[in-house]
Amino acid sequence: MAVCIAVIAKENYPLYIRSVPTQGELKFHYTVHTSLDVVEEKISGVGKALADQRELYLGLLYPTEDYKVYGYVTNSKVKFVIVVDSSNTSLRDNEIRSMFRKLHNSFTDVMCNPFYNPGDPIQSKGHQTAQTHLPGNF
Amino acid sequence: MDQGSAAGTGGTFISLSDTEQRCYSGLYALCQPDSSGKLAAGKVAELFRASQLPAETLHQVTEVCGAKRLGYFGCGQFYVALKLMAAAQAGLPVRLESVAGELPLPLFIGITNELEMRYPNHPSTNESQPHILGSLTGSAPRPPADRPVLRHPDTSTDKQEAWSPPRSPGISPPRSPSAYRSYPYGAQRNGTDTLLAYDGKVAGCPSVPQENSSPSHYSLKLQPEQPVITRVASVERLVERAEMDYSDDPWRITEEQHEYYTNQFRSLQPDLSALIMGTVAKNFFTKSKLPIPELSHIWELSDVDKDGALTFPEFCTAFHLIVARKNGYTLPETLPATLRPGFVEPGVVPAPPSEATEPLIVFDDNMMPGANQLEMGSVDLQMTSRPGVTSKQDTRDESRKPEFSPKRIPDPHEKPIQHVSTLKPDSPQELDANMKSRTRPRSYSSTSIDDAMKKVEEPPTPPPRPQKTHSRASSLDLNKLFQQSAQGSRPSQHSLSAKSGWLPRPPALPPRPPATQIFSFLPGSEKSSQKAVQQANFADFSKFREEQESSVRGGLSTEDLAPPKLDSTLRHQGHAPQKPVRRKLHPESQSATPPSAAPYSAATLTKSTQRPPPKQKREIQMAIRKNRETNAVLTRLNSELQQQLKVVHRERVTLESQLELLRPVAST
Repeated sequence: MAVCIAVIAKENYPLYIRSVPTQGELKFHYTVHTSLDVVEEKISGVGKALADQRELYLGLLYPTEDYKVYGYVTNSKVKFVIVVDSSNTSLRDNEIRSMFRKLHNSFTDVMCNPFYNPGDPIQSKGHQTAQTHLPGNF
Repeated sequence: MDQGSAAGTGGTFISLSDTEQRCYSGLYALCQPDSSGKLAAGKVAELFRASQLPAETLHQVTEVCGAKRLGYFGCGQFYVALKLMAAAQAGLPVRLESVAGELPLPLFIGITNELEMRYPNHPSTNESQPHILGSLTGSAPRPPADRPVLRHPDTSTDKQEAWSPPRSPGISPPRSPSAYRSYPYGAQRNGTDTLLAYDGKVAGCPSVPQENSSPSHYSLKLQPEQPVITRVASVERLVERAEMDYSDDPWRITEEQHEYYTNQFRSLQPDLSALIMGTVAKNFFTKSKLPIPELSHIWELSDVDKDGALTFPEFCTAFHLIVARKNGYTLPETLPATLRPGFVEPGVVPAPPSEATEPLIVFDDNMMPGANQLEMGSVDLQMTSRPGVTSKQDTRDESRKPEFSPKRIPDPHEKPIQHVSTLKPDSPQELDANMKSRTRPRSYSSTSIDDAMKKVEEPPTPPPRPQKTHSRASSLDLNKLFQQSAQGSRPSQHSLSAKSGWLPRPPALPPRPPATQIFSFLPGSEKSSQKAVQQANFADFSKFREEQESSVRGGLSTEDLAPPKLDSTLRHQGHAPQKPVRRKLHPESQSATPPSAAPYSAATLTKSTQRPPPKQKREIQMAIRKNRETNAVLTRLNSELQQQLKVVHRERVTLESQLELLRPVAST
């Protein structure tokens, strides 16, 4: 279902990006990159309000004919982007939210590891296994 | 020397398995064969005695094998004797027929090393014998006679050589983890053997003659109790120990290891039930020289509660994984069941093997030279107890922190300093001293009141004057109070300085003026001065009195003071609602003035009390009363502040909701 998952750091470079290799990963990388603009637009729009007012789940960033892109941003401006195949219309919003929640959890687990320097690419195997266990994931 | 696969005795053909052959060859070599192949009788006798068979059995063996007939032990006789002894130890009668079948290797109790007593008689292992040999050879320098032994055509050459370093893998150059896995089966705990083993490992397969010299080299090392061990040997000794466990499971922690991990944990964190923070653990485990991704993986495996800190079981798990990794075991993807923190070893008894702890500790010290320069500094601090000023400060910080953290997780910033917790004799003292020093600002009822009382007697009570500072402090009350306290401070600077030093420090300190008012009322002698103060405040406070009372009634559980004190308290608490806005603008003035006002009035109080000279009891009672009143005041102020907070919060929420409405609706 989810064809691509990406974790983007605060400085907008990817910490972790993984996609189903069928359709050319470059395309997904490009999609994720362009979706960052939408994410920035969303989080800057509520910049005047306090940070806790902003919802972490950003929802559908933009749909294309093939797939939909969902975004999620943490309080430390780390962004998660999930690209979902449009053919899966049964994928509800709640499921996306739960996927993001799991993603966030596994990301915090990686952060808790003292041997992980924030800003390094995430090479944790645990993280990878967590990705595969996301609903309907690779 | 006939090293054939068969040993003949009077025509009897006895077949030896490879392992037996190897063992026997080694034993043969041990017994110092002379040029013709005869064995030294003394050595043979020693060996036989080491088998712990009864003398009668030994006689039988000697007779059956033919040595008695020949008068000496040749190679063949010796082999047969060995096999007979194996049979005897297995319980079979000493007959040639009994040696026809597969037998376990004969067990020889080491004559030099008492540690061999632990050797089980594993039929499957070929290492038990080499271990004995190893110990025996350890005592006896390896003569060049070993060389002929080494020229074995088959791979047992390496195995034989493995006897002097008994546990060297020797066989094949790629030392796969499977080779290592075979070692735990031996379950050997001989320190000497491990030492020799690692020398063999270190030397590697290639040079057999070099390894020949190494046993003699290491035999020297066997006798002293390893103060001069090289880092590699000691590390690997530890690793060797880590391999060994009684249940053949590399993922199970043995008692020795557990004890060692406990010591290591204590060096990082004296309390076994507390946590080691991530940075501390990172520094510690980085010393193991494993690559960072592997350490990261180990951390992920061992930190099961994912809190970024290690409990004691997690620490043991992580340490054990590191040790296993250093031994060559590949890390598992998931945590083995035996390493889970909830796993309880059946029948684990913390054995205190003294000989084990010493080399294990050598591990750490020897890790130090190899550690990073960066870590050297911290490790030096850690291992060598420096009673310097810096360390004392560290312990002070460290001891300060536990007070503030009820969860006993010290502040992560303090954690690197926890390394200096090796100053165990110092730290408790430091802790006490620091607790006193830290509790002093908190329990200002204890000494502060006494100080304040002493101060009060000295300064007069002038009428309050407008304060020139804090122009924005529009309330004259504050200014007057500040002035009073300033005047009070001048006469008794020494005591006040101690107090004023930390009195303004507590951030949420309530306005002290209520306390001052109360204090002034107590002796009843300074009523004139206090009245002046009250009257100065009176104008401001009276209107808020009702509000205060309503807030006071709001569920305060403090004891009721005398009505005049209550009034004064309420009046002064009028400060709080009076300027909710002003408080935000200049909280410092407000917090500064009340505390400073307190000592002044307290000083006046003490003056009155000390007029009747030795009224200590009365002083104490008044001090108690003052404490109670202060508590009451503080509680009331607290409730009031909380109410204000609620109000402000409500405002904030309404404002934010309005903002939400005004904001352009974004798709969510």
